[in-house]
Amino acid sequence: MESTIIKSVGYNAYFGDNHVVKNVNMEIARNKAIAVMGPSGCGKTTFLRGINRMHELIPGATANGQILLDGEDVLEMHPIFVRLKIGMVFQRPNPFPNLSIYDNVIAGYLLNGIKLPKSEKDIIVEKSLTKVALWNEVKDSLVKKGSFLSGGQQQRLCIARAVAMEPEVLLFDEPTSALDPISTSTVEDLFHELKRNYTLIIVTHNMQQAARVSDLTAFFYMGELVEYDDTKVMFTNPKDTRTQNYITGRFS
Amino acid sequence: MTAKKNISSKIKFRIGISGFFKGLVILFAFSCVIPLLFILFYIIQAGASKIKWSFLIHDELSDSAGILHAILGSFEIVIFASLISIPIGILCGIFFSENKGSKFTYWSRLAVDILQGVPSVVVGVIAYAWLVRPFHQPSAIAGSIALAIMMLPIIIRSTEETLNLLPDSLREAGYALGLPFHRVVLKVIVPCGISGILSGVMLSIARVAGETAPLLFTAYGCTFLSNDITKPMETLPHLINKFATQGDPKVLDMAWGAALILLFWVLLLNIFTKLITRKWKVQL
Ligand SMILES: Nc1ncnc2c1ncn2[C@@H]1O[C@H](COP(=O)(O)OP(=O)(O)O)[C@@H](O)[C@H]1O
Ligand SMILES: [Mg+2]
Repeated sequence: MESTIIKSVGYNAYFGDNHVVKNVNMEIARNKAIAVMGPSGCGKTTFLRGINRMHELIPGATANGQILLDGEDVLEMHPIFVRLKIGMVFQRPNPFPNLSIYDNVIAGYLLNGIKLPKSEKDIIVEKSLTKVALWNEVKDSLVKKGSFLSGGQQQRLCIARAVAMEPEVLLFDEPTSALDPISTSTVEDLFHELKRNYTLIIVTHNMQQAARVSDLTAFFYMGELVEYDDTKVMFTNPKDTRTQNYITGRFS
Repeated sequence: MTAKKNISSKIKFRIGISGFFKGLVILFAFSCVIPLLFILFYIIQAGASKIKWSFLIHDELSDSAGILHAILGSFEIVIFASLISIPIGILCGIFFSENKGSKFTYWSRLAVDILQGVPSVVVGVIAYAWLVRPFHQPSAIAGSIALAIMMLPIIIRSTEETLNLLPDSLREAGYALGLPFHRVVLKVIVPCGISGILSGVMLSIARVAGETAPLLFTAYGCTFLSNDITKPMETLPHLINKFATQGDPKVLDMAWGAALILLFWVLLLNIFTKLITRKWKVQL
Protein backbone atom coordinates (compact mmCIF):
# COMPACT_ATOMS: atom_id res chain seq x y z
CA MET A 1 0.00 0.00 0.00
CA GLU A 2 1.57 3.29 -1.09
CA SER A 3 0.96 6.34 1.00
CA THR A 4 1.29 9.87 -0.27
CA ILE A 5 3.79 11.99 1.60
CA ILE A 6 3.88 15.11 -0.55
CA LYS A 7 1.13 16.47 -2.69
CA SER A 8 1.50 19.64 -4.68
CA VAL A 9 -1.83 21.23 -5.57
CA GLY A 10 -1.87 24.12 -8.03
CA TYR A 11 1.50 25.33 -6.84
CA ASN A 12 2.86 28.53 -8.42
CA ALA A 13 6.13 30.29 -7.76
CA TYR A 14 7.24 33.74 -8.85
CA PHE A 15 10.29 35.96 -8.85
CA GLY A 16 8.59 39.33 -8.76
CA ASP A 17 6.36 39.25 -11.84
CA ASN A 18 8.25 36.39 -13.40
CA HIS A 19 6.03 33.31 -13.15
CA VAL A 20 8.56 30.46 -13.06
CA VAL A 21 6.64 27.49 -11.66
CA LYS A 22 3.17 27.14 -13.13
CA ASN A 23 0.29 25.29 -11.57
CA VAL A 24 2.15 22.16 -10.56
CA ASN A 25 0.05 19.20 -9.44
CA MET A 26 2.08 16.25 -8.31
CA GLU A 27 1.74 13.45 -5.83
CA ILE A 28 4.76 11.79 -4.28
CA ALA A 29 4.63 8.47 -2.49
CA ARG A 30 6.61 7.68 0.64
CA ASN A 31 10.04 6.05 0.31
CA LYS A 32 10.36 6.63 -3.38
CA ALA A 33 13.07 8.38 -5.28
CA ILE A 34 11.70 11.01 -7.63
CA ALA A 35 13.87 12.50 -10.35
CA VAL A 36 13.03 16.00 -11.54
CA MET A 37 14.35 16.71 -15.01
CA GLY A 38 14.09 19.48 -17.54
CA PRO A 39 16.13 21.99 -19.49
CA SER A 40 18.01 24.77 -17.70
CA GLY A 41 15.82 27.52 -16.36
CA CYS A 42 12.63 25.48 -16.46
CA GLY A 43 12.00 25.96 -12.75
CA LYS A 44 13.32 22.71 -11.25
CA THR A 45 15.34 24.42 -8.55
CA THR A 46 12.58 26.87 -7.81
CA PHE A 47 10.01 24.10 -7.40
CA LEU A 48 12.36 22.11 -5.17
CA ARG A 49 13.07 25.13 -2.99
CA GLY A 50 9.35 25.77 -2.78
CA ILE A 51 8.83 22.42 -1.09
CA ASN A 52 10.88 23.37 1.99
CA ARG A 53 10.07 27.08 1.86
CA MET A 54 13.59 28.09 0.84
CA HIS A 55 12.19 29.86 -2.22
CA GLU A 56 10.84 32.76 -0.20
CA LEU A 57 14.29 33.60 1.19
CA ILE A 58 15.07 35.34 -2.09
CA PRO A 59 13.87 38.95 -2.03
CA GLY A 60 10.79 39.40 -4.21
CA ALA A 61 10.06 35.67 -4.43
CA THR A 62 6.49 34.58 -3.78
CA ALA A 63 4.42 31.42 -4.10
CA ASN A 64 0.82 30.26 -3.91
CA GLY A 65 -1.17 27.07 -4.12
CA GLN A 66 -0.63 24.17 -1.76
CA ILE A 67 2.12 21.74 -0.99
CA LEU A 68 0.81 19.17 1.43
CA LEU A 69 3.21 17.26 3.64
CA ASP A 70 1.31 14.42 5.28
CA GLY A 71 -1.83 16.40 4.53
CA GLU A 72 -0.59 19.62 6.10
CA ASP A 73 0.06 22.61 3.85
CA VAL A 74 3.70 23.63 4.18
CA LEU A 75 2.82 27.11 2.93
CA GLU A 76 0.77 27.53 6.08
CA MET A 77 3.31 25.99 8.44
CA HIS A 78 6.18 27.86 10.04
CA PRO A 79 9.16 27.47 7.67
CA ILE A 80 11.39 26.24 10.48
CA PHE A 81 9.17 23.21 11.11
CA VAL A 82 8.95 22.55 7.39
CA ARG A 83 12.74 22.57 7.07
CA LEU A 84 13.18 20.25 10.01
CA LYS A 85 10.93 17.73 8.27
CA ILE A 86 12.28 18.30 4.78
CA GLY A 87 16.06 18.33 4.51
CA MET A 88 18.00 19.74 1.60
CA VAL A 89 21.28 19.09 -0.16
CA PHE A 90 22.62 21.74 -2.53
CA GLN A 91 24.35 21.75 -5.86
CA ARG A 92 27.69 22.78 -4.40
CA PRO A 93 28.79 21.05 -1.21
CA ASN A 94 28.44 23.61 1.58
CA PRO A 95 29.73 22.20 4.87
CA PHE A 96 30.18 24.82 7.58
CA PRO A 97 33.84 25.77 7.16
CA ASN A 98 34.19 26.81 10.80
CA LEU A 99 32.99 23.48 12.19
CA SER A 100 34.70 20.12 12.52
CA ILE A 101 33.42 17.12 10.61
CA TYR A 102 31.80 15.89 13.82
CA ASP A 103 30.08 19.21 14.48
CA ASN A 104 29.02 19.49 10.86
CA VAL A 105 27.04 16.28 11.17
CA ILE A 106 25.18 17.47 14.24
CA ALA A 107 25.06 21.09 13.04
CA GLY A 108 21.27 21.00 12.95
CA TYR A 109 21.21 20.35 16.69
CA LEU A 110 24.32 22.29 17.61
CA LEU A 111 23.47 25.52 15.83
CA ASN A 112 19.86 25.33 16.93
CA GLY A 113 21.02 25.26 20.53
CA ILE A 114 19.66 21.77 21.20
CA LYS A 115 21.84 20.22 23.88
CA LEU A 116 22.46 16.49 23.56
CA PRO A 117 24.53 14.23 25.80
CA LYS A 118 27.90 13.28 24.31
CA SER A 119 26.91 9.64 23.97
CA GLU A 120 23.85 10.52 21.95
CA LYS A 121 25.83 12.86 19.72
CA ASP A 122 28.38 10.11 19.10
CA ILE A 123 25.59 7.78 18.05
CA ILE A 124 24.02 10.32 15.70
CA VAL A 125 27.37 11.13 14.12
CA GLU A 126 28.34 7.51 13.55
CA LYS A 127 24.91 6.53 12.30
CA SER A 128 24.61 9.45 9.91
CA LEU A 129 28.12 9.09 8.54
CA THR A 130 27.59 5.37 8.10
CA LYS A 131 24.41 6.01 6.17
CA VAL A 132 26.32 8.15 3.68
CA ALA A 133 29.23 5.69 3.50
CA LEU A 134 31.65 8.21 4.93
CA TRP A 135 32.24 6.79 8.40
CA ASN A 136 35.20 4.60 7.51
CA GLU A 137 36.90 7.40 5.63
CA VAL A 138 36.64 10.05 8.33
CA LYS A 139 36.27 8.25 11.63
CA ASP A 140 39.86 9.07 12.57
CA SER A 141 39.66 12.71 11.59
CA LEU A 142 36.34 13.81 13.04
CA VAL A 143 37.93 16.85 14.67
CA LYS A 144 39.26 18.18 11.39
CA LYS A 145 37.40 20.93 9.61
CA GLY A 146 34.82 19.83 7.04
CA SER A 147 36.51 21.87 4.36
CA PHE A 148 39.52 19.53 4.43
CA LEU A 149 37.54 16.82 2.69
CA SER A 150 37.36 16.28 -1.04
CA GLY A 151 34.35 17.59 -2.93
CA GLY A 152 32.64 14.22 -3.00
CA GLN A 153 33.26 13.66 0.69
CA GLN A 154 32.00 17.15 1.47
CA GLN A 155 28.81 16.44 -0.41
CA ARG A 156 28.30 13.20 1.54
CA LEU A 157 28.98 15.15 4.72
CA CYS A 158 26.21 17.53 3.71
CA ILE A 159 23.89 14.59 3.13
CA ALA A 160 24.86 13.22 6.56
CA ARG A 161 24.09 16.63 8.06
CA ALA A 162 20.61 16.53 6.55
CA VAL A 163 20.09 12.87 7.49
CA ALA A 164 21.12 13.53 11.11
CA MET A 165 17.98 15.62 11.58
CA GLU A 166 15.84 12.56 10.76
CA PRO A 167 13.69 14.36 8.20
CA GLU A 168 10.93 12.66 6.24
CA VAL A 169 11.92 13.99 2.87
CA LEU A 170 15.31 14.83 1.39
CA LEU A 171 15.61 17.31 -1.45
CA PHE A 172 18.64 17.22 -3.72
CA ASP A 173 19.39 19.99 -6.19
CA GLU A 174 21.76 18.57 -8.80
CA PRO A 175 23.78 17.01 -5.99
CA THR A 176 26.46 15.57 -8.24
CA SER A 177 26.90 18.29 -10.82
CA ALA A 178 29.98 19.65 -9.01
CA LEU A 179 31.51 16.21 -8.41
CA ASP A 180 33.89 13.95 -10.28
CA PRO A 181 32.54 10.70 -11.82
CA ILE A 182 33.70 8.45 -8.98
CA SER A 183 32.16 10.63 -6.27
CA THR A 184 29.07 10.86 -8.41
CA SER A 185 28.64 7.14 -8.51
CA THR A 186 29.23 6.89 -4.75
CA VAL A 187 26.48 9.42 -4.14
CA GLU A 188 24.19 7.64 -6.60
CA ASP A 189 24.68 4.40 -4.70
CA LEU A 190 23.56 6.20 -1.57
CA PHE A 191 20.19 7.00 -3.01
CA HIS A 192 19.21 3.34 -3.04
CA GLU A 193 20.19 3.09 0.62
CA LEU A 194 18.52 6.34 1.69
CA LYS A 195 15.26 5.44 0.00
CA ARG A 196 14.49 2.90 2.72
CA ASN A 197 14.07 5.63 5.31
CA TYR A 198 13.38 8.77 3.38
CA THR A 199 11.53 10.07 0.39
CA LEU A 200 14.00 11.52 -2.09
CA ILE A 201 13.37 14.26 -4.61
CA ILE A 202 16.37 14.66 -6.87
CA VAL A 203 16.78 17.42 -9.43
CA THR A 204 19.18 16.23 -12.05
CA HIS A 205 20.47 17.34 -15.37
CA ASN A 206 21.76 13.93 -16.12
CA MET A 207 19.31 11.55 -17.76
CA GLN A 208 21.36 8.45 -17.08
CA GLN A 209 21.39 9.40 -13.45
CA ALA A 210 17.64 9.84 -13.40
CA ALA A 211 17.24 6.45 -15.04
CA ARG A 212 19.62 4.80 -12.60
CA VAL A 213 18.39 6.17 -9.31
CA SER A 214 14.75 7.09 -9.54
CA ASP A 215 11.45 5.23 -9.31
CA LEU A 216 9.49 8.04 -10.87
CA THR A 217 10.51 10.91 -13.06
CA ALA A 218 8.95 14.32 -13.45
CA PHE A 219 9.67 16.36 -16.54
CA PHE A 220 9.43 20.14 -16.27
CA TYR A 221 9.35 22.44 -19.25
CA MET A 222 9.09 26.23 -19.04
CA GLY A 223 7.75 26.08 -15.53
CA GLU A 224 5.11 23.44 -16.19
CA LEU A 225 5.08 19.87 -15.06
CA VAL A 226 4.72 18.26 -18.45
CA GLU A 227 4.80 14.62 -17.55
CA TYR A 228 5.20 12.56 -14.43
CA ASP A 229 5.34 8.80 -14.52
CA ASP A 230 7.32 5.68 -13.72
CA THR A 231 10.92 6.26 -14.72
CA LYS A 232 10.81 3.22 -17.03
CA VAL A 233 7.76 4.54 -18.80
CA MET A 234 9.22 8.02 -19.05
CA PHE A 235 12.34 6.76 -20.75
CA THR A 236 10.78 4.14 -22.98
CA ASN A 237 7.36 5.44 -23.77
CA PRO A 238 6.86 9.12 -22.93
CA LYS A 239 3.47 10.48 -23.89
CA ASP A 240 4.26 14.14 -24.42
CA THR A 241 6.25 15.17 -27.48
CA ARG A 242 8.26 17.65 -25.37
CA THR A 243 9.37 14.82 -23.11
CA GLN A 244 10.27 12.75 -26.15
CA ASN A 245 12.29 15.57 -27.58
CA TYR A 246 14.14 16.09 -24.35
CA ILE A 247 14.92 12.45 -23.81
CA THR A 248 16.13 11.97 -27.32
CA GLY A 249 18.37 14.97 -26.86
CA ARG A 250 16.68 17.32 -29.28
CA PHE A 251 17.05 20.12 -26.72
CA SER A 252 18.90 20.24 -23.46
CA MET B 1 64.40 41.04 -43.75
CA THR B 2 64.23 44.70 -42.76
CA ALA B 3 60.76 44.17 -41.37
CA LYS B 4 62.05 41.49 -39.05
CA LYS B 5 64.95 43.70 -37.95
CA ASN B 6 62.49 46.48 -37.26
CA ILE B 7 60.39 44.26 -35.04
CA SER B 8 63.30 42.94 -33.06
CA SER B 9 64.67 46.43 -32.42
CA LYS B 10 61.20 47.52 -31.37
CA ILE B 11 60.96 44.61 -28.96
CA LYS B 12 64.36 45.48 -27.50
CA PHE B 13 63.18 49.04 -27.01
CA ARG B 14 60.06 47.76 -25.24
CA ILE B 15 62.03 45.50 -22.99
CA GLY B 16 64.10 48.54 -22.05
CA ILE B 17 60.98 50.56 -21.27
CA SER B 18 59.58 47.68 -19.27
CA GLY B 19 62.75 47.49 -17.19
CA PHE B 20 62.65 51.22 -16.62
CA PHE B 21 59.05 50.97 -15.43
CA LYS B 22 59.85 48.15 -13.08
CA GLY B 23 62.62 50.22 -11.55
CA LEU B 24 60.27 53.17 -11.17
CA VAL B 25 57.64 51.05 -9.42
CA ILE B 26 60.19 49.62 -7.01
CA LEU B 27 61.60 53.09 -6.34
CA PHE B 28 58.19 54.51 -5.49
CA ALA B 29 57.23 51.51 -3.42
CA PHE B 30 60.42 51.96 -1.45
CA SER B 31 59.89 55.68 -1.08
CA CYS B 32 56.59 54.92 0.70
CA VAL B 33 58.49 53.05 3.36
CA ILE B 34 61.08 55.77 3.90
CA PRO B 35 58.85 58.17 5.84
CA LEU B 36 57.82 55.36 8.18
CA LEU B 37 61.41 54.30 8.77
CA PHE B 38 62.38 57.90 9.27
CA ILE B 39 59.62 58.50 11.83
CA LEU B 40 60.46 55.30 13.65
CA PHE B 41 64.15 56.10 13.72
CA TYR B 42 63.66 59.66 14.87
CA ILE B 43 61.18 58.85 17.61
CA ILE B 44 63.24 55.96 18.89
CA GLN B 45 66.35 58.11 18.91
CA ALA B 46 64.66 60.97 20.70
CA GLY B 47 62.50 58.92 23.04
CA ALA B 48 64.50 55.81 23.87
CA SER B 49 66.54 57.52 26.59
CA LYS B 50 63.31 58.23 28.44
CA ILE B 51 62.15 54.65 28.63
CA LYS B 52 62.76 53.56 32.21
CA TRP B 53 60.44 52.48 34.95
CA SER B 54 60.76 55.82 36.69
CA PHE B 55 59.43 57.52 33.56
CA LEU B 56 56.10 55.99 34.35
CA ILE B 57 55.52 57.59 37.70
CA HIS B 58 58.08 60.34 38.19
CA ASP B 59 60.47 62.10 35.87
CA GLU B 60 63.56 63.38 37.68
CA LEU B 61 64.87 65.60 34.93
CA SER B 62 61.78 67.73 34.60
CA ASP B 63 60.59 66.89 38.10
CA SER B 64 57.07 66.14 36.94
CA ALA B 65 54.64 63.27 37.32
CA GLY B 66 55.36 60.38 34.95
CA ILE B 67 53.12 59.28 32.17
CA LEU B 68 51.48 56.26 33.77
CA HIS B 69 48.27 58.17 34.36
CA ALA B 70 48.13 59.06 30.67
CA ILE B 71 48.75 55.46 29.56
CA LEU B 72 46.05 54.13 31.85
CA GLY B 73 43.75 56.97 30.89
CA SER B 74 44.21 56.18 27.22
CA PHE B 75 43.49 52.51 27.88
CA GLU B 76 40.39 53.30 29.83
CA ILE B 77 38.99 55.76 27.33
CA VAL B 78 39.69 53.45 24.39
CA ILE B 79 38.14 50.49 26.23
CA PHE B 80 34.95 52.43 26.90
CA ALA B 81 34.91 53.64 23.31
CA SER B 82 35.20 50.00 22.18
CA LEU B 83 32.43 48.86 24.51
CA ILE B 84 30.16 51.41 22.89
CA SER B 85 31.19 51.08 19.25
CA ILE B 86 31.89 47.35 18.80
CA PRO B 87 28.36 46.00 19.42
CA ILE B 88 26.67 48.83 17.55
CA GLY B 89 29.16 48.68 14.69
CA ILE B 90 28.99 44.92 14.23
CA LEU B 91 25.20 44.80 14.40
CA CYS B 92 24.96 47.66 11.94
CA GLY B 93 27.40 45.94 9.58
CA ILE B 94 25.33 42.74 9.80
CA PHE B 95 22.19 44.72 9.05
CA PHE B 96 23.73 46.31 5.96
CA SER B 97 24.98 43.00 4.65
CA GLU B 98 21.67 41.20 5.27
CA ASN B 99 19.57 43.98 3.71
CA LYS B 100 21.64 44.82 0.68
CA GLY B 101 18.91 46.01 -1.64
CA SER B 102 16.86 48.23 0.63
CA LYS B 103 16.65 52.00 0.33
CA PHE B 104 17.15 52.38 4.04
CA THR B 105 20.46 50.52 3.79
CA TYR B 106 21.52 52.70 0.89
CA TRP B 107 20.97 55.95 2.78
CA SER B 108 22.37 54.63 6.06
CA ARG B 109 25.46 53.40 4.31
CA LEU B 110 25.90 56.80 2.71
CA ALA B 111 25.60 58.37 6.16
CA VAL B 112 28.26 56.02 7.50
CA ASP B 113 30.59 56.92 4.64
CA ILE B 114 30.10 60.60 5.34
CA LEU B 115 30.70 60.00 9.05
CA GLN B 116 34.00 58.40 8.14
CA GLY B 117 34.98 61.60 6.36
CA VAL B 118 34.07 63.94 9.21
CA PRO B 119 37.29 65.50 10.58
CA SER B 120 38.13 64.28 14.04
CA VAL B 121 38.19 67.79 15.45
CA VAL B 122 34.57 68.22 14.36
CA VAL B 123 33.63 65.03 16.16
CA GLY B 124 35.36 66.48 19.21
CA VAL B 125 33.41 69.73 18.97
CA ILE B 126 30.12 67.83 18.63
CA ALA B 127 30.93 65.69 21.66
CA TYR B 128 31.81 68.87 23.50
CA ALA B 129 28.48 70.46 22.62
CA TRP B 130 26.48 67.35 23.57
CA LEU B 131 28.31 65.96 26.52
CA VAL B 132 30.63 68.52 28.02
CA ARG B 133 28.74 71.78 27.94
CA PRO B 134 25.47 70.44 29.37
CA PHE B 135 27.35 69.00 32.36
CA HIS B 136 29.73 71.94 32.70
CA GLN B 137 32.67 69.57 32.97
CA PRO B 138 34.99 67.70 30.62
CA SER B 139 34.77 63.97 31.17
CA ALA B 140 36.52 60.81 30.09
CA ILE B 141 33.22 59.33 28.94
CA ALA B 142 32.67 62.26 26.56
CA GLY B 143 36.08 61.44 25.10
CA SER B 144 35.12 57.77 24.81
CA ILE B 145 31.95 58.66 22.96
CA ALA B 146 33.86 60.93 20.58
CA LEU B 147 36.29 58.10 19.84
CA ALA B 148 33.41 55.61 19.53
CA ILE B 149 31.87 57.81 16.84
CA MET B 150 35.16 57.69 14.97
CA MET B 151 35.42 53.92 15.33
CA LEU B 152 31.89 53.18 14.14
CA PRO B 153 32.30 53.67 10.39
CA ILE B 154 35.46 51.57 10.30
CA ILE B 155 33.83 48.68 12.16
CA ILE B 156 30.58 48.91 10.20
CA ARG B 157 32.18 48.91 6.77
CA SER B 158 34.71 46.18 7.52
CA THR B 159 31.99 43.97 9.03
CA GLU B 160 29.73 44.56 6.06
CA GLU B 161 32.44 43.93 3.51
CA THR B 162 33.61 40.78 5.28
CA LEU B 163 30.10 39.35 5.44
CA ASN B 164 29.38 40.25 1.82
CA LEU B 165 32.26 38.04 0.78
CA LEU B 166 30.73 34.98 2.44
CA PRO B 167 28.90 32.82 -0.09
CA ASP B 168 25.10 32.69 0.09
CA SER B 169 25.35 28.92 0.21
CA LEU B 170 26.44 29.20 3.85
CA ARG B 171 23.29 31.07 4.83
CA GLU B 172 21.22 28.58 2.87
CA ALA B 173 22.90 25.65 4.61
CA GLY B 174 21.83 27.22 7.89
CA TYR B 175 18.27 27.92 6.84
CA ALA B 176 17.87 24.46 5.34
CA LEU B 177 18.64 22.99 8.77
CA GLY B 178 15.75 24.95 10.24
CA LEU B 179 17.79 27.70 11.86
CA PRO B 180 15.94 30.95 12.52
CA PHE B 181 17.42 34.19 11.17
CA HIS B 182 19.19 35.21 14.36
CA ARG B 183 20.91 31.86 14.65
CA VAL B 184 21.99 31.91 11.02
CA VAL B 185 23.57 35.28 11.73
CA LEU B 186 25.10 34.51 15.12
CA LYS B 187 26.08 30.87 14.60
CA VAL B 188 26.97 30.76 10.92
CA ILE B 189 27.62 34.16 9.38
CA VAL B 190 29.49 35.85 12.22
CA PRO B 191 31.73 32.88 13.13
CA CYS B 192 32.70 32.45 9.48
CA GLY B 193 33.55 36.12 9.12
CA ILE B 194 35.04 36.57 12.57
CA SER B 195 38.57 37.21 11.41
CA GLY B 196 37.53 40.05 9.12
CA ILE B 197 35.23 41.53 11.75
CA LEU B 198 37.93 41.41 14.41
CA SER B 199 40.51 42.90 12.14
CA GLY B 200 38.18 45.83 11.49
CA VAL B 201 37.67 46.23 15.23
CA MET B 202 41.40 46.16 15.95
CA LEU B 203 42.21 48.58 13.16
CA SER B 204 39.58 50.97 14.43
CA ILE B 205 41.17 50.80 17.90
CA ALA B 206 44.60 51.41 16.45
CA ARG B 207 43.17 54.28 14.48
CA VAL B 208 41.67 56.13 17.45
CA ALA B 209 44.32 55.26 20.03
CA GLY B 210 46.43 58.12 18.74
CA GLU B 211 43.64 60.63 18.11
CA THR B 212 44.14 63.95 19.86
CA ALA B 213 41.58 66.30 18.42
CA PRO B 214 38.44 64.54 19.70
CA LEU B 215 39.92 64.48 23.20
CA LEU B 216 41.04 68.09 23.38
CA PHE B 217 37.75 69.43 24.66
CA THR B 218 36.19 66.21 25.93
CA ALA B 219 38.48 64.13 28.13
CA TYR B 220 40.61 67.24 28.34
CA GLY B 221 43.45 65.90 30.47
CA CYS B 222 44.58 66.08 34.07
CA THR B 223 47.85 65.75 35.94
CA PHE B 224 47.15 62.77 38.17
CA LEU B 225 45.83 59.23 38.00
CA SER B 226 42.06 59.26 37.81
CA ASN B 227 39.54 56.48 37.41
CA ASP B 228 36.40 58.51 37.40
CA ILE B 229 35.00 58.48 33.89
CA THR B 230 32.79 61.45 34.62
CA LYS B 231 35.85 63.59 35.32
CA PRO B 232 38.64 64.75 33.03
CA MET B 233 41.27 62.15 32.28
CA GLU B 234 44.73 62.31 30.77
CA THR B 235 45.54 60.42 27.58
CA LEU B 236 48.81 59.81 25.76
CA PRO B 237 48.08 61.89 22.66
CA HIS B 238 46.81 64.75 24.77
CA LEU B 239 49.83 64.56 27.05
CA ILE B 240 52.17 64.62 24.06
CA ASN B 241 50.36 67.62 22.70
CA LYS B 242 50.61 69.41 26.05
CA PHE B 243 54.27 68.58 26.65
CA ALA B 244 55.39 69.34 23.14
CA THR B 245 53.91 72.82 23.22
CA GLN B 246 55.23 73.93 26.61
CA GLY B 247 58.59 75.11 25.28
CA ASP B 248 60.66 73.51 28.06
CA PRO B 249 63.23 71.15 26.42
CA LYS B 250 63.10 68.73 29.37
CA VAL B 251 59.35 68.47 29.05
CA LEU B 252 59.74 68.13 25.30
CA ASP B 253 61.91 65.08 25.93
CA MET B 254 59.04 63.57 27.89
CA ALA B 255 56.81 64.16 24.89
CA TRP B 256 59.25 62.13 22.78
CA GLY B 257 59.22 59.31 25.31
CA ALA B 258 55.44 59.31 25.41
CA ALA B 259 55.31 59.40 21.62
CA LEU B 260 57.51 56.34 21.49
CA ILE B 261 55.20 54.46 23.82
CA LEU B 262 52.12 55.50 21.86
CA LEU B 263 53.77 54.47 18.63
CA PHE B 264 54.62 51.06 19.99
CA TRP B 265 51.13 50.58 21.29
CA VAL B 266 49.67 51.27 17.84
CA LEU B 267 52.32 49.11 16.20
CA LEU B 268 51.54 46.25 18.57
CA LEU B 269 47.83 46.59 17.84
CA ASN B 270 48.55 46.32 14.14
CA ILE B 271 50.77 43.28 14.53
CA PHE B 272 48.23 41.69 16.84
CA THR B 273 45.54 42.34 14.22
CA LYS B 274 47.58 40.56 11.57
CA LEU B 275 48.10 37.61 13.89
CA ILE B 276 44.47 37.08 14.86
CA THR B 277 43.33 37.65 11.33
CA ARG B 278 45.56 34.84 10.21
CA LYS B 279 44.81 32.59 13.16
CA TRP B 280 41.04 32.91 13.05
CA LYS B 281 40.65 32.96 9.32
CA VAL B 282 38.00 30.46 8.29
CA GLN B 283 39.06 28.60 5.16
CA LEU B 284 36.02 28.72 2.91
N1 LIG C 1 17.30 34.41 -7.67
C1 LIG C 1 16.54 34.59 -8.76
N2 LIG C 1 16.01 35.81 -9.01
C2 LIG C 1 15.24 36.01 -10.10
N3 LIG C 1 14.93 35.07 -11.00
C3 LIG C 1 15.43 33.83 -10.81
C4 LIG C 1 16.26 33.54 -9.68
N4 LIG C 1 16.62 32.23 -9.74
C5 LIG C 1 16.04 31.75 -10.85
N5 LIG C 1 15.32 32.70 -11.50
C6 LIG C 1 14.55 32.52 -12.74
O1 LIG C 1 13.64 31.48 -12.56
C7 LIG C 1 13.65 30.59 -13.65
C8 LIG C 1 13.79 29.18 -13.16
O2 LIG C 1 15.05 29.03 -12.56
P1 LIG C 1 15.49 27.69 -11.87
O3 LIG C 1 14.38 27.21 -11.02
O4 LIG C 1 16.77 27.96 -11.21
O5 LIG C 1 15.70 26.73 -13.11
P2 LIG C 1 16.42 25.32 -13.18
O6 LIG C 1 16.83 24.91 -11.81
O7 LIG C 1 15.42 24.43 -13.79
O8 LIG C 1 17.59 25.51 -14.09
C9 LIG C 1 14.78 31.01 -14.56
O9 LIG C 1 14.22 31.51 -15.73
C10 LIG C 1 15.50 32.10 -13.84
O10 LIG C 1 15.72 33.18 -14.71
MG1 LIG D 1 18.77 24.57 -11.01
